[in-house]
Amino acid sequence: MTLSQRIVTIALCALATVITRFLPFLVFSPQKPTPRYVQYLGKALPAAIFGMLVVYCLKNVSLLSGSHGLPEALAIAVTAGLHLWKRQMLLSIAGGTAAYMLLVQLVF
Amino acid sequence: MPEQGSARPLKREKGTVRKAFLAAFPHTIPILAGFTVLGMSYGVYARAAGFSFWYPVVMAVVIFGGSLEFVAVSMLLGAFAPVQTFLMALMIQARHLFYGISMLERYRGMGWKKLYLIYAMCDETFSINCAVRAPEGVDEGWFMFFVSLLDQCYWISGAAIGAVLGGVIPFSTEGLDFAMTALFVVIFLEQWLKEKKHYTALIGVGGAAACLLLFGADSFMVPAMGCILVLLTAFRKPIERGME
Repeated sequence: MTLSQRIVTIALCALATVITRFLPFLVFSPQKPTPRYVQYLGKALPAAIFGMLVVYCLKNVSLLSGSHGLPEALAIAVTAGLHLWKRQMLLSIAGGTAAYMLLVQLVF
Repeated sequence: MPEQGSARPLKREKGTVRKAFLAAFPHTIPILAGFTVLGMSYGVYARAAGFSFWYPVVMAVVIFGGSLEFVAVSMLLGAFAPVQTFLMALMIQARHLFYGISMLERYRGMGWKKLYLIYAMCDETFSINCAVRAPEGVDEGWFMFFVSLLDQCYWISGAAIGAVLGGVIPFSTEGLDFAMTALFVVIFLEQWLKEKKHYTALIGVGGAAACLLLFGADSFMVPAMGCILVLLTAFRKPIERGME
């Protein structure tokens, strides 16, 4: 990417963020109830989007070649295990990332 | 609520502002810890991906949304794809629509502060401003203003510290990019534990994985987002029953 393409990319991210934050204040009023479909998406989207983002993070992992996705699978297991055990977001992220760094630098 | 400012003498206004700051600060201490660590890992991550100090810092200021900033770093490494970038940013940030809907009433009548309150409404700031009321005798608008401003300062300084450290770290940072994966795994897990039925989580993972196989790593995100919206709309009835 050229510098101007990078600036456009960052600006689009900022614009999308501003739109999602301001739109409700421009469209809805506290007097009128929010459309049911919008309310539904509000409840249904987050889990789906973060599931999609996990897949996005793993998009370049090849199951058929290289390390067959093993370091990723193990590090995700460490992250999830730590999280289910302690429920401390930062600990789970730090532990999973450290496990992954050790795996790709020393083992695979 | 009466409007702050113009008619009042300047001295009264100053006391109001200081009192609101002192009331807001303690509520933001957990965010100070969280944003410093997460902001730092974001700064280090962006440096490890090959970007200069300014990229994570500028993105922390103008985007101010952690998940999207991590994704933005990886999008900046790929080919220029403005439509996909914009759609993906909208999808990732879509949850803010619902924060806004919850705050319609609370942010009303805040004058110029309202613009900043909405601009800086990240997940953590929303959760404080939504749940905590300013103590008796403290101006609500200034209270929420300082909660928002302090949180944003923590995030920017965390990113800046990480961006400095990222340039001088003495060990190999190979694999540090997993921090983004781990972040989303943890948020996903939290969502999963919150739900009784897991239809939506499975639609997200399944829809994205199917599109990845069909369209390949470089062009699967737009179809995946479309697929998720279609499935959520088609299966609305059973999904809503599962939520009750």
